[in-house]
Amino acid sequence: MALYNETVISHFTNPHNVGELLEPDGEGTYGSPVCGDMMKISIKVENDVIVDAKFKTFGCGSAIASSSVATDMIIGKTIEEALNVTNKDVLDELGGLPAIKVHCSVLADHAIRSAIYDYAQKHGKHYAGLDGFDPHADADDHNHGCDMENH
Amino acid sequence: MKRQVYLDYSATTPVKDEVLEKMIPYFTQSFGNPSSLYTIGQNSKQAIEEAREQLAALIGADPKEIFFTSSGTEADNWAVIEAAESRKGKGSHIITSKIEHHALLHSAEYLEKRGFDVTYLDVDSQGFVDPAALEAAITERTTLISIMFANNEIGTIEPIAELAAIAKKHNVVFHTDAVQALGNVPIDAHALGIDLMSVSAHKIYGPKGVGALYIRKGLPLPSHMHGGGQESKKRSGTENLPGIVGFGKAAELAREGLAEHIEQVTALRNYFINRVRAEIPDIHVNGDIERRLPGNANITFEFIEGEALLLLMDLDGICISTGSACSSASLTPSHVLTALGMPAEIIHGSIRFTIGDFTTKDDLDYTIERLIHNVEKLRGISSVSKEKGWQIYGAV
Repeated sequence: MALYNETVISHFTNPHNVGELLEPDGEGTYGSPVCGDMMKISIKVENDVIVDAKFKTFGCGSAIASSSVATDMIIGKTIEEALNVTNKDVLDELGGLPAIKVHCSVLADHAIRSAIYDYAQKHGKHYAGLDGFDPHADADDHNHGCDMENH
Repeated sequence: MKRQVYLDYSATTPVKDEVLEKMIPYFTQSFGNPSSLYTIGQNSKQAIEEAREQLAALIGADPKEIFFTSSGTEADNWAVIEAAESRKGKGSHIITSKIEHHALLHSAEYLEKRGFDVTYLDVDSQGFVDPAALEAAITERTTLISIMFANNEIGTIEPIAELAAIAKKHNVVFHTDAVQALGNVPIDAHALGIDLMSVSAHKIYGPKGVGALYIRKGLPLPSHMHGGGQESKKRSGTENLPGIVGFGKAAELAREGLAEHIEQVTALRNYFINRVRAEIPDIHVNGDIERRLPGNANITFEFIEGEALLLLMDLDGICISTGSACSSASLTPSHVLTALGMPAEIIHGSIRFTIGDFTTKDDLDYTIERLIHNVEKLRGISSVSKEKGWQIYGAV
């Protein structure tokens, strides 16, 4: 297959961490079905360490592969470490995506931040890595169209 | 070897053996330039004239009304741009539809940049242009109407005779892009009252790189390629001799086998749609089911995205296409499905299956088996579902 590399295909065909945690400590959603991709992520946190993460994604192959890799990457990390995971790290872990699909890795990055934001809100925590992050920042855009580049 | 099932006949078709056999000598033995006066040149010219007759017979035209081009796209560009530009004295308004192929839409946009006004007619939810809406859109400045014969994505066949009659009544030139209709629908250009019609070889089991424009006898249309005066001085450039020979043979086979092709492919398509409807929940067939190209099945699988399904099917050796934004270079969903009034999230889950002469029932059984498996798999991963709904405005 030429469109995607073997790592992407492997994570797409056998994605890790698919599902929803029964009693999550934090949940986040990013994207919209209108725009073609939406990722939901739930996390379990113990002593500031993400001990489990699950995702559900409506989206293309690279969105599913990004979700799989991103959840793999944050499990076992402290919250601050997880907040340092960027879409570039997700891309590197995937061995790269076609240029037009890079926004899919941003989707995973944002969904993770949203889940941690939810956890911080519910537990009265503050993390430097969340400063300036607003999970609702793009919400209004969904009525107007899909700005894929800024996902 | 991995099984391969090709279900994208609207994208292109394999060249039939009889077509290839007829083409081969024109690469190596009978390679003369049709403009040359010696024997092998004149033999080439004769081969092109035979192909012209074969294609004319398929579309109910006189051979003198056929002009070979490099593609259906070239035929569309030539017809639309030159017909409009050369009639600027009368007016600068043209009418087309929102579901045309990009070869047409981008030609119309080019004309807009050059000062033309273009009306893009809506279609109804089944994909049809309304003849009354066409008539209402015509003004004194209208010089050209271009409505496709059959749509490439949803396969709906437009009421061409009726639309052409309206154009004629108002003394407006009527062009149709018949690239998808050729070899799939009986076409009689004279009886239908068509002025200009674009066709292509590679959709009817002929080679890529050759198309044609039908220009009704007596209709003025300036050249768009200037040079050695080939194609009765209408379209210069040394002829694609093997390609044209192949187009001719493919047209002959299409004409001889048309009734059988329509019957066989329609039966397979209906078998496929009926099984998908019965065995996979939450699907929609897009576009009218009756007035439709024989091989076309455009189906939305709710709650999953089409490119993901396309990839899983490709891993199973099955070739299909999707209207999802995620598969397009522009990341915009299909303009055709959008014009039907379908919401974007539904369009993202649309898949086009197009069946052709080499498709077997066994191919379709295998495809359905893999579809059931892959749709279920993606629905298991998806963040939306029938139970939870689309959650369109719940997302952040």
